[in-house]
Amino acid sequence: MKPAPFTYHDPATIEDAVSLLARLDNARALAGGQSLMPMMNFRLAMPEHLIDLNGVASLAGMHRNGGSVTIGAMTRQRDLEFSPHIAADLPIMAEALRHLGHRQTRNRGTIGGSLCHLDPSAELVNLAALHDGVLHIASAQGTREATFDAFAVGAMTTTLAADELLTAIRLALWPQPHGYCFTETARRRGDFAIAAVGVLLTLDRAGAIDRAAITVSGLLPIPVRLTAAETMLRGQTPGHEAFRAVAAGAATLDAMEDPYASAAYRRHLARILLYRAMQTAAQRARQGVAS
Amino acid sequence: MPSTWFGASVPRKEDPTLLTGRGRFVDDIHLPHMLHAAFVRSQHAHARIVRVDTAAAQAVPGVHLVLTHADLPETMRTRPIPVMMPNPIIKQPFMPLALAGSEVCFVGEPVAAVVADSRYVAEDAASLVTVEYEPLPVVTDARAAIEAGSPPVHLGSPSNIAARLPIAHGAVDAAFATAPHVFRDRFHLHRGGAFFIECRGVVAEHDTSQDSYTLHVTSQGSHRIKEGMLDLLDVSEHQIRVITPDVGGGFGPKGALYPEYPVCAAAARLLGRPVKWVSDRHEDFMSTNMERDQFWDMEIAVSKDAKILGIRGQLIHEQGAYLPSGIVLPWIAATTVPGPYVVPSFRMDVIAAMTNKPACSPVRGAGRPQGIFVMERLMDRVAHALGLDPAEVRRRNFIKPEQMPYKVGIIFRDGRPVVYDSGDYPTCQENALAAADYAGFRARQAAARERGKYRGIGISNVVEGTGLGPYEGATVRVARTGKVTVFTGATPQGQSHKTTFAQIAAEQLGVGIDDVTIVTGDTGTIAWGMGTFAARSAVNAGSSVYLASIEVGKKLKEFASAMMEVAPEDLELRDGQVGVRGVPGMQKSFREIAIHAISAPGMSNLGGLIPGLEYTAYFTPDQSTYSNGTHVAEVEVDIETGEVAIQRYVVFHDCGRVINPQVVEGQVVGGVAHGLGNALFERMVYDDQGQPQSTTFAEYLLTTAPHMPNVEVHHMETPSPLNPIGVKGAGEAGTNPAIAAIVNAVNDALLPFGVWITDTPVTPQRIVELLGDAALGRTR
Amino acid sequence: MSDTRTVSIAVNGRRLERTVETRTTLVDFLRHELGLTGTHVGCEHGVCGACTVLLDGLSVRSCLMLAVQANGHAVTTVEGLAARETSLNPLQQAFWEKGALQCGFCTPGMLMTITELLAANPAPTEAEVREAVSGNLCRCTGYQAIVEATLLAAARMRGEKEVA
Repeated sequence: MKPAPFTYHDPATIEDAVSLLARLDNARALAGGQSLMPMMNFRLAMPEHLIDLNGVASLAGMHRNGGSVTIGAMTRQRDLEFSPHIAADLPIMAEALRHLGHRQTRNRGTIGGSLCHLDPSAELVNLAALHDGVLHIASAQGTREATFDAFAVGAMTTTLAADELLTAIRLALWPQPHGYCFTETARRRGDFAIAAVGVLLTLDRAGAIDRAAITVSGLLPIPVRLTAAETMLRGQTPGHEAFRAVAAGAATLDAMEDPYASAAYRRHLARILLYRAMQTAAQRARQGVAS
Repeated sequence: MPSTWFGASVPRKEDPTLLTGRGRFVDDIHLPHMLHAAFVRSQHAHARIVRVDTAAAQAVPGVHLVLTHADLPETMRTRPIPVMMPNPIIKQPFMPLALAGSEVCFVGEPVAAVVADSRYVAEDAASLVTVEYEPLPVVTDARAAIEAGSPPVHLGSPSNIAARLPIAHGAVDAAFATAPHVFRDRFHLHRGGAFFIECRGVVAEHDTSQDSYTLHVTSQGSHRIKEGMLDLLDVSEHQIRVITPDVGGGFGPKGALYPEYPVCAAAARLLGRPVKWVSDRHEDFMSTNMERDQFWDMEIAVSKDAKILGIRGQLIHEQGAYLPSGIVLPWIAATTVPGPYVVPSFRMDVIAAMTNKPACSPVRGAGRPQGIFVMERLMDRVAHALGLDPAEVRRRNFIKPEQMPYKVGIIFRDGRPVVYDSGDYPTCQENALAAADYAGFRARQAAARERGKYRGIGISNVVEGTGLGPYEGATVRVARTGKVTVFTGATPQGQSHKTTFAQIAAEQLGVGIDDVTIVTGDTGTIAWGMGTFAARSAVNAGSSVYLASIEVGKKLKEFASAMMEVAPEDLELRDGQVGVRGVPGMQKSFREIAIHAISAPGMSNLGGLIPGLEYTAYFTPDQSTYSNGTHVAEVEVDIETGEVAIQRYVVFHDCGRVINPQVVEGQVVGGVAHGLGNALFERMVYDDQGQPQSTTFAEYLLTTAPHMPNVEVHHMETPSPLNPIGVKGAGEAGTNPAIAAIVNAVNDALLPFGVWITDTPVTPQRIVELLGDAALGRTR
Repeated sequence: MSDTRTVSIAVNGRRLERTVETRTTLVDFLRHELGLTGTHVGCEHGVCGACTVLLDGLSVRSCLMLAVQANGHAVTTVEGLAARETSLNPLQQAFWEKGALQCGFCTPGMLMTITELLAANPAPTEAEVREAVSGNLCRCTGYQAIVEATLLAAARMRGEKEVA
């Protein structure tokens, strides 16, 4: 399983990278390689030009501005995992990253690579949906922004044009303290999730749910925000009845079917994980308020 | 004589080399002018080959040769790869040609080979070979395959039944007719492939001046590969040497002679350059022999006291498209069913059914895991139905030690009657249950239920025929350096032969283990060999090493006697010397004796003795020697997600005398990991056109470290009476009973929900399906 | 005409320069160009971990990297673990004593992964060790002896007295 031949490019700047993408046909950007290289080894992907982004230093890094954090596309998953800022501001990401592959995957894998690959059960894609992520995209023509819904449109399909490059994602931060939980069920540690749930919530002074965001991933090609449940939860006291009501919503979700996991099992897992995630998020929200 | 080496957990001689990355596996071999092969493989599960066009491939720079069936030497065009374990009961012994000629019968079957400067270029060219196929109907299900009207797996074949084995003993129908209780279960058991971490491969060389071949190959028996190649290459014995280097796991499937090996040999001859081919993982998924589906329909008849009166049933075994290992796999599966229990009457109708998928051949356990699964599930069935403790049902049915040797009444795949030679099954189970704190389990289970968790405990007993014949050999030689070298046809892939056999030789010759070197798997060093598979090497090769060492010891004394003018009876072997007993200073070193025994031109000092200090012994067992064990698994099931965690795993195991306890423990724990994989994870999925859906390690799941419990391994030693060192095989002991122990435990955990498990692997999804509404848990 | 680049890589502490075809994976470069065959190929799709090496001290799957991507970086392979070519470092020594290998094929990858673990976490728990090697497949040992060897090596490296 050896890759087919290609011409290798290693730009040093975003400008060089987008200029290459603009002029070369059948070109692909190489980020962490954890998804693209297996495909190239299998010859499922055979680009004639490979544009290695690992030398574009300006694509990595995070910075916070006010109520959001902007993370460069080439920021390694490992750096997010060990970042004290992420731990403080986006604790759900720290929790989610522990499920993402293995140490070796995270040492090379990047957030941008994961977002562009758009695997249905990718943890970072789930979080992008959960946080109303805004994608920053560059091309030789300039830059644009896209909401997550406008970016992720189908099975491993983004609206990134052939000459475009994802440069960063901006995630809206939740006020501190907030309740959070990311949980997934995979066959083994580090495997692709069969189903995953992300929950964020805040409580009002009376301890009722003030705001909630819930995503379910792994069922469909793109994570689903349970907006109806999010609305229903406003003003509800977190407890068994509320958790059960959210969980029951899973029964109406569509889900994919494959030889390894049926649609029914995925839906079932979503139901179980929704309950558990709600319970943990509420517990953390209460603890956060108490401390 | 007290043991110095035998029985000691000596750190392995293999390890320093392997730990520093200096092992020599097939892909590590670099020969001058070596070229690289890649194969073009069938994309259809069943098709006629209409045309193969290689022109574009041949034109790629760096390509030296493209071979199709038509380009092979005549013997390889007409003679199929031989069946390694033939049996006249096989009515249709289908085997492939080295490259498919007119018909392909599974996805992945080799059709053409490209040889180029690098594997990269060879793959580039292989992608340019175009094959025109005429698709034919595909048969994928073993049950459908044997029904009237099924399309043939092989064109022109009258049926898809490769063989039908009746295995019977006692008046089974009469027993059922009068039995107070009869229980029936249908099982669908799926095992997968070996999935060694090192894929298969070969480096083939041809020496034009000698017209001889040397093959370096990932095998489990160099001699078997050589034997199989003779007719294919049309050569005599002295024209081929097969050497097996370090091998990264075998587990059964690396023992076969695969089509790629003779193709590379033919290419090496045509090109006059060495040709290397190493399978990639994709090819491994598609074309390495494996196990797959078995469908068992079984009945057990018991008395009021839960004593077995009879067992009968049918096994439909999915064989795949070819029969490289004959029908040993279903035969072993069926004859393993009785296990350690008294089964007064028994009948199995075993059908080996062809399908358009890769060949099924033994994977660690070789059918025993399935046979044990069937028996152990039936025992739990009886227990559950009659309201008895599963341990008690087993207790009531054990063959007692005083009944040894015990004739089971059926014929094993080695052609001999199954006769258990030794073992204490009841004590083994008692010991295992005590070690597992079986008595305290129900309290643990109740405590877990209060926390909302569901715990279960499962027992599984195994009796395994090990040390299969026909033989293995060892040449023990003291060279003029005074050091000992042992040459054997045993061909390890991780079994620690280089240490354990050195322990045996060192013990007998009174030398240090560092003074003994074991050379394995080279047909140029010993005439006959079988190889390392089926837990046979400690018995066969070990005994040969023992016997040959004793004879060399005698020769050392004979020569020393002449040299020192002392009677041989007054001599002893001590620390690399032959010395006079009771006289510390009077001795000759092995080196001195060797120099004397090899002599020098013109000398006449041998006095009629055969020169040198060497002896070759072949141990030929009369029958298998039966090891036994009990596994107890304790699991916890999350009934909401269906996930299973193993909380505790105890093994009590009797493989006779143990050469190296640490080695045996490693084999057992590794075997349990494999069994765990089969119980919970491993599944080869194909679609209804025979297209493999499991082609990566992301889809086909092996056991990983977080899933393994700490396995507590305990030994009992009932020495085998059937070989001079009293050993029994241990290589499959971890795998054989593990699937049953784990599934019995899972079922025990789910008994409150009326669940009865009959299929493996047991996935979380399956558990949730079986639980129905109960799986909703708190969300109900 | 194949696409080539000249790369400068520090391998086991020695800086080397080579011209490589750009599609050559790092594992193939190490094994066949440099003759460092201790790093093994098991799957070429990033699951088995047999190809694990350290890149600037961090474990990576060398089957998923191109050799050209190691340009300017430091690679450590199993051959670089011990002080001398034929000696054993404490981790290798512990593997030997505990019988933590059988066929030896997954072993180099295990050693590199665990080397990274112990550098970051000198006192791992058993669960942490199992998690650390969850991306390294072994079909022979069942992992138990590997975990025991790691805990033993870690204790020794911390200078602790041994418990039998």
